[in-house]
Amino acid sequence: MKNQTEIIAEDGKQELFIMREFNAPRELVFKAFTDPELLVQWLGCDALTMKTERNAEGKGASWRDIFTDPDGNVFGFHGVCHEFMAPQLIIRTFEFEGLPEPGHVCLETLRFEVLPGDRTKISVQSVFQSVADRDGMLRSGMETGVFEAHDRLDALLAKEFVN
Amino acid sequence: MRRDVFQAIADPTRREIINLVAFNTMNLNAIAEKFDVSRPAISQHIKILTECGLIVIKKNGRERYCEAKLQQLNEVYKWIERYRKFWSERFDVLDDLLTTLQNKENNEKKARGENKSNIGE
Repeated sequence: MKNQTEIIAEDGKQELFIMREFNAPRELVFKAFTDPELLVQWLGCDALTMKTERNAEGKGASWRDIFTDPDGNVFGFHGVCHEFMAPQLIIRTFEFEGLPEPGHVCLETLRFEVLPGDRTKISVQSVFQSVADRDGMLRSGMETGVFEAHDRLDALLAKEFVN
Repeated sequence: MRRDVFQAIADPTRREIINLVAFNTMNLNAIAEKFDVSRPAISQHIKILTECGLIVIKKNGRERYCEAKLQQLNEVYKWIERYRKFWSERFDVLDDLLTTLQNKENNEKKARGENKSNIGE
């Protein structure tokens, strides 16, 4: 059975949670989230080619992820790593560069928890500066086409499959 | 100023007003009585809600009634669902990558184990 991705974004709160289990040991899941070579293999896709700039790992290191869609639109995200405890915890800032003004920063806490049977649970808590920021960031993801790029790929694959 | 549904639900008093009128159309006085905040403050919240399109004010004689128009709230659920879909797709790809990495690791271990036994022979 496929592992389910759970999103909790309660009305009127300035935080959201992403939770997901993986059938792999914690060290490996942590590596897939932090090793630039592995990260681009799953976080990018055909519809959104991904590049990442992570020159260093650990406390104080800055990071930047850049996605490009087939039309050449670029979506950038960047932040600074505040805490880096391999393989269980990352605390970092996160900012979407596609917003009309800079400074809408979000604090992300990524926890990697060991489950029985060499499995791992990740939970990501994102705390925004305001409810409007949380909702606005996600909505702008739709407006700028971050999510649409995936939908276009879905449509393309569905078409290819039928043909 | 641009108004949208996200601004409307960002404030706890406005969320409560939405809950109050969601099932029953209410007049402005009746709504104001439910809150400790001043009448002008409630009027201001209702004004924002009407500007966001979540409430319409209807006149019946001298009374003014608030009626909820909640279809717009679906917009919020729509983006949460798309966001979930986005991560769900990425994580499914990660599942495959993790399987590949684990298989590779196991094969390497096996290969090393075989080499050892070869040396032993």
